[in-house]
Amino acid sequence: MPSLKDLRNRIAATKATQKITKAMQMVAASKLRRAQAAAEAARPYADHMDTVLGNIAASVAGVDTAPRLLRGTGSDQRHLLLVCTAERGLCGPFNTAIVRLARERAAALTAEGKEVKFFCVGRKGYDQLRRLYARQIVELVDLRSVRVLRFENAKMIAEKIIALFDKFEFDVCTLFYSRFRSVIAQIPTAQQVIPPVFDAKAADALGGAAYEFEPDAEDILHELLPRNVAVQIFRALLENAASFYGAQMSAMDNATRNAGDMIRRQTLTYNRTRQAMITKELIEIISGAEAL
Amino acid sequence: MAGLHFEFVSPESVLFSGDVDQVDLPGSEGDMGILPGHAPLVTTLRPGIVTIFRGGQREPVVVIGGFAEVSPKGLTVLADKAVARADFDIALLADEIRDAEEDVADSKDDALRDKLARHLEQLKALQTALTQ
Repeated sequence: MPSLKDLRNRIAATKATQKITKAMQMVAASKLRRAQAAAEAARPYADHMDTVLGNIAASVAGVDTAPRLLRGTGSDQRHLLLVCTAERGLCGPFNTAIVRLARERAAALTAEGKEVKFFCVGRKGYDQLRRLYARQIVELVDLRSVRVLRFENAKMIAEKIIALFDKFEFDVCTLFYSRFRSVIAQIPTAQQVIPPVFDAKAADALGGAAYEFEPDAEDILHELLPRNVAVQIFRALLENAASFYGAQMSAMDNATRNAGDMIRRQTLTYNRTRQAMITKELIEIISGAEAL
Repeated sequence: MAGLHFEFVSPESVLFSGDVDQVDLPGSEGDMGILPGHAPLVTTLRPGIVTIFRGGQREPVVVIGGFAEVSPKGLTVLADKAVARADFDIALLADEIRDAEEDVADSKDDALRDKLARHLEQLKALQTALTQ
């Protein structure tokens, strides 16, 4: 049976933990607001990019000279999985959910006899994947020192990926991240970025009219395709950031509530033990007095 | 006549969305004015000034890189960087020019160097235009 002092210490410790989780929850909530605004601000650009590129792609469809970034290499033997996770933990199942989706995809691809490689953005995903696929990880990009995500960060990652693609290191690149639906719902998502996949409905937005290109279509595609990769990565990173804070907020909210429950239980035990000791002492005094 | 629907977005925000009378773009092959009912067009942009004409007012915006798409639905400009002319910091452009100069000096193959040199010239032209 723990002494009263032990119980008191334990309650104090739990209270301290609760204060920390409460603080973390509030920090996450305020950062979430900013991250969410950033993610929502980036959506129109990425959506327009998709539409425009879809339109152009439809108008050059079937042309053999289309850039490889658009057509793909014509094979789907080697896959690169670009796994974007957070740099920090304490955010519930956020990182694990993304990694699990990537792992399932990797397992399915390997079963089909395909070659799988990983490109990790974010240390947490790297740590989890390293255990299983240590030799298949091509690169790790650490964004820990980045305080505010800029387009340049995404551009840097995109350039690395395109360099790998130009060296014929892979045929298909799939991006894994967590889409931000709401504070309580973050959806792990896989999106193929190389070669890009377009909505079929986007193609007939022109109503049959053909685009004029200035300079020509090929030059424009050479400009646009690498940028599209960067934009998709940028969007994924922003969605991820918002999802991360959302996940962290609800995880910390849970932790705070659990700590509250625990404090209540511990206080009950403490009071009961204290009462029992007082009763015991009283009984001792009374029985002592009676014996006289 | 119905206005021109104009969407002006950068990766970090939506700068403008609504109907306008005319938009002047710094196309990579030359400046162009887009009026309502323009034929479908896609062009890349050089660093320069986009001018929005709306209700007799002109709103100049400095853009660095990007591209524009005209479709029956309207005009969409996707800019890499865009800042209103009045808020534009000339020092930012100087940084950009310095980077471009380094890139030109570092580039190995000729085609790439030509491309970068052209980019550098466009940046310098923009600088002259802005300092006048």
